[in-house]
Amino acid sequence: MAVPSNLAGPAGRPGASAPSDAAGERLERDLERIEQKVDELKRITAAEATVDLTQQIAALTARAEALREAIAQDPTPWQTVQLARHPGRPKIGDYIAGLTTEFVELHGDRAFRDDPAIIGGLGLVDGHTAAVVGHAKGRDTRENIARNFGSPNPEGYRKALRIMRLAEKLRAPVVTLIDTQGASPGKEAEERGQSEAIAGGLLGMSRLRAPIVAVITGEGGSGGALAIGVGDVVLMLDKAIYSVISPEGCAAILWRDGSRGREAARALRLTARDLLGFGVVDEVIPEPSGGAHRHPDQAVAAVAAAVRRHLAALTALPTEDLLKARYAKYRRIGYLKDLGQTAAPAGAQGASGTAGEGA
Amino acid sequence: MELAAVLNWIRRPDHPSGGRRDVPAGLWSKCPRCATLVYRKELERKLRVCPRCSYHHRLSAADRLALVLDEGSFEEHDEGLVPDDPLGFVDEQPYPARIEEAQRRTGVPEAIITGTGAIEGRGAVVGAMEFGFLGGSMGAVVGEKVARSAERAGERRRPLVLFSASGGARMQEGALSLMQLAKTSVAVGRLSELGVPFISVLCDPTTGGVAASFAFQGDVILAEPGALIGFAGRRVIEQTIRQKLPDGFQTAEFVLEHGLIDAIVPRGDLRPTLGRLLRLCGAPPAPAGAAAGPLPTLADGRPV
Repeated sequence: MAVPSNLAGPAGRPGASAPSDAAGERLERDLERIEQKVDELKRITAAEATVDLTQQIAALTARAEALREAIAQDPTPWQTVQLARHPGRPKIGDYIAGLTTEFVELHGDRAFRDDPAIIGGLGLVDGHTAAVVGHAKGRDTRENIARNFGSPNPEGYRKALRIMRLAEKLRAPVVTLIDTQGASPGKEAEERGQSEAIAGGLLGMSRLRAPIVAVITGEGGSGGALAIGVGDVVLMLDKAIYSVISPEGCAAILWRDGSRGREAARALRLTARDLLGFGVVDEVIPEPSGGAHRHPDQAVAAVAAAVRRHLAALTALPTEDLLKARYAKYRRIGYLKDLGQTAAPAGAQGASGTAGEGA
Repeated sequence: MELAAVLNWIRRPDHPSGGRRDVPAGLWSKCPRCATLVYRKELERKLRVCPRCSYHHRLSAADRLALVLDEGSFEEHDEGLVPDDPLGFVDEQPYPARIEEAQRRTGVPEAIITGTGAIEGRGAVVGAMEFGFLGGSMGAVVGEKVARSAERAGERRRPLVLFSASGGARMQEGALSLMQLAKTSVAVGRLSELGVPFISVLCDPTTGGVAASFAFQGDVILAEPGALIGFAGRRVIEQTIRQKLPDGFQTAEFVLEHGLIDAIVPRGDLRPTLGRLLRLCGAPPAPAGAAAGPLPTLADGRPV
């Protein structure tokens, strides 16, 4: 008999709850119209010395601001993608400054070179040593080019794992900060084993004998994000995204039309709210009104507070318990049906889907 | 990898896209690489390696297992696991319809067949991916079957041997597919701690999220000649670096030269090579008269 059951994953599924694209786009169109009007009024003011439209411009600018805030308050999935990529969002340096004292950056993978797309090092969190590792997007074009827009090469992932291994040795916890479009697609990346580097990061983190808190702060771009994201606890800012593929890449494949990212963004269920329901993330960190880019300090403080709270809880656990819980957490993610099982091993679970560590 | 490159490759009508359909029902088969017409029986006898240019045709999961396992030794596990549709994903057609079509075309329930078997008398836990099933993409079922195989290998203290053939993670299960990279990694990680060896064989193609997880976590990593192996899609890389990539980029030969795999093994040598490795890894002899489950068959109907 066919008994569909969620062998794995949390009970119940989240329904799509973001506003419809139509409603969200109406706000966007209104905003665009107002912005055009402001530009037009400014042009007139510049051309005609006798006309003073300062008041009208100020009023319209204020309305545009209110609309931007309204969009950020309840964004559609596609608007969330834009917010997650906003250049004004806090960067890893801001989070490190907000979370740690006495931070010392550690460079290089000890084999090939230092990858500037990953920043990592040791610092004090609440007086205790912790390792912090994350993607480094730049603050401007120049820094972005230097840091490859936060898209790591294999040596970046190897550096990240090296620093995590150091934390393990020091019996210190690890905090990872995720914000990348994905691992760098390049000739050299393939030559140096991008697949192996990511696979090695996943394997290393899966059994690392240290507590790991992972935070998706902006873009969680596929394997290049997960390679530093196998945490005991995974946190996500509420305007961040996390996906198996970029919406544009997904649209290019499914509809052979990369411009249909809006539809793909909805289909992929890549928002924090969706992923919390699926059990991919454990907690959503609310962003300040209008989004993290509007009040970066508040966003950093919210992330730091959540990380501290989870570190305190995780560091109290015996390492063996930690590893068992981590195993069970990742072992059960995903939904499937069993139409009749044969010879399931003792370690593979029945309908409850919890995989035990001690099989 | 971006699946785009792989999918476009599959869509090329002149290209083989799965085990069975690359050999037409007729007596002759045209090699997709050198265009030589080969007598079909001759091609089968050569294990689907072109006698002229050594092109290794893709094999279905069943044919792959038939190629390497001792006759009658295979016992399938977890064949009842089928995908769900947690995202309610619809593109040109709903995900469940795509699954049904893939099941109909390939005759298998998902993109991997797993179980236990023997190779040259040595017992192993084995799995072979089916590229013809949605590009061999990994969703929750593939992740689960790989993880269970690793657990089974640990319990029975038998080596794990996995044959990968995949474009990467399955888009239609979204971030849940991405999480299968982590699921397979925790299982392989624990198997490693138990001191049980894992031999990973990379078949054409092994890219994206499968390359970036269990496929490249083997203690020994082998590949078939000419197999496409890499992370990112060729077109994505070419667009990013704005130059053409050389021929032979991301092939088995390329990854061997760059120190990323242990050896390239021609198809005819695969079974003896695996047998020797299993002996060297200390795999115990398989119990005589191992239970035979539902047997996979070769394309010509011959049982394994």
